[in-house]
Amino acid sequence: MNMKTSAFSFRGLGALTWLETKIFLREPLGVIGSVFVPVFVFLAIGRTFGGRMTGAEQGQRGLVGPDLAVFAALLISISAVLSLVTIIAIYREGGILKRLRATPLRPLTILTAHVLVKLLFTAVTVTLMTLLGKRYLPVDIPIPWVAFTAATLVSTLSILSLGFVLASVAPTARFAQPIGTIVLYPMIGISGLFMPISQMSAPLRVVARLMPASYAVSLMRGAWHGDSWLSHGTDLAALAIIFALSTAVAVRVFRWE
Amino acid sequence: MSLSARPRVIEVAGLSKHYGSTRAVQDVSLHVFQGEIFGLIGPNGAGKTTTMECIEGLRVPDTGSVSVLGLDPFTDVVPLLQRIGVQLQEAQLQKRITVAEAIGLWSSLYRTSIDGRQLLEQLGIAAKSGARFMTLSGGQKQRLFIALALINDPEVVFLDELTTGLDPQARRAIWDLVRGIRDRGKTVFLTTHLMEEAERLCDRVAIIDHGRVVDVDSPAALVARHCPERTIVITTTDDRAADLLGRVRGVESSVREGAHVILRAPSVEVMTGLIGCLAQERIEVTDFRTIVPTLEEVFLKLTGHSVRQ
Repeated sequence: MNMKTSAFSFRGLGALTWLETKIFLREPLGVIGSVFVPVFVFLAIGRTFGGRMTGAEQGQRGLVGPDLAVFAALLISISAVLSLVTIIAIYREGGILKRLRATPLRPLTILTAHVLVKLLFTAVTVTLMTLLGKRYLPVDIPIPWVAFTAATLVSTLSILSLGFVLASVAPTARFAQPIGTIVLYPMIGISGLFMPISQMSAPLRVVARLMPASYAVSLMRGAWHGDSWLSHGTDLAALAIIFALSTAVAVRVFRWE
Repeated sequence: MSLSARPRVIEVAGLSKHYGSTRAVQDVSLHVFQGEIFGLIGPNGAGKTTTMECIEGLRVPDTGSVSVLGLDPFTDVVPLLQRIGVQLQEAQLQKRITVAEAIGLWSSLYRTSIDGRQLLEQLGIAAKSGARFMTLSGGQKQRLFIALALINDPEVVFLDELTTGLDPQARRAIWDLVRGIRDRGKTVFLTTHLMEEAERLCDRVAIIDHGRVVDVDSPAALVARHCPERTIVITTTDDRAADLLGRVRGVESSVREGAHVILRAPSVEVMTGLIGCLAQERIEVTDFRTIVPTLEEVFLKLTGHSVRQ
């Protein structure tokens, strides 16, 4: 076996992903925090402030309206990333990463398993949110939840790659969470959800354009409105570029212990 | 087959590794023969773990070459990891993974694996199969890690401070297990700061201090080479004993202390003369003991400081 095939060997990916899924489910707080709380908050905000929406009102801007779903999805995505950053930091600090690395599992396999677990729970949460939203919120419009969930997953993947860079620089688990919070949550503020990016000051606009959230919001909005994927080619390309660049950086700076 | 006629499964030449300005390992060269228990011994911080992790391919050395089973640990890491077993110092597993799940995952990663259930029984933790990692005691975790190091029936097993934190009874059980590994034809490479462990378990040891190998040989040969002096304690009521034995060739000093005569000699060659004297002079003896220096004393002599510091 040569280096090339060994570097891309995913032996054990299925077993590890399944195991990490089971382990995640064993931590009640984690499941409640990442699945039930976002869905509940979404429903509560929607019921409290939502009012009845009709197709004609969909163009409205503001927190309460169709963007609520995008906002909630972005929060779910970011909380998944934060959770991953924390898990990686804990695994590194505890020597778990190192122990796994001393097996035929390749580093990429270990990280991919964690990404898959996070994507799985993000998909479950977003699906629950849209389906329950449709059932319990006074919304008359058809919700394209498959496209919306897919858009959320693509966005999550791009933000996750940024998370890996954070996970690499965070020295301990205790730092990982605050660093992640400081970098990731303000990103929502300049994502275009609350204020159109074109109306921001020039420096802020540049930062917004460099961060995945702006493209994620545009893509998720489009998916919610039933736009075709092709019309969001720029968003997809930007998210892919951010993913590629951050992954390349993360691979270089990632520390296993 | 004598040891030196066996193939060398590990060869290290000129290995050096530094962290910042600290030189953890300096110019270490050693080799390990197939089927032996080889120990890297020295105090904490001597460079044992760094040396071992360079050999396992977990760390990249600054200079030097390493070969394990004919493979380079850095370019052939995946095929090598299939054939070796590794137990790391201070490793952890996922808090909520169960013992059986860990064994199952590890089994799935290797091309060959032995019966996990039987292995757990052998290690005395079969009853803990369903227990989560976080609920295990230190000794149980250690046994699980040893099980994980053996699950793929490896040709070479690396054990880093394997009995740290274990009580004496558990320690002896683990020693028996390690001897069992060797008796099945495997090679064991271990580190320890416990000289008793090295003495009882290892066929050969390398004494390492401040990142350098000071000497390599079997524990008995190291003691004979560096600490040949012996203390002999003879229990007798014969009043002539201290005087007569003190005149035997090679005896340095002879002192009576209560029921015992304590003799000091610079080498073991004195023994025959002593026994001859006892027989010739018809000295009635109820006990005859020689106190052999330990690796601990060898270490002190070679490095000028105790291994415990």
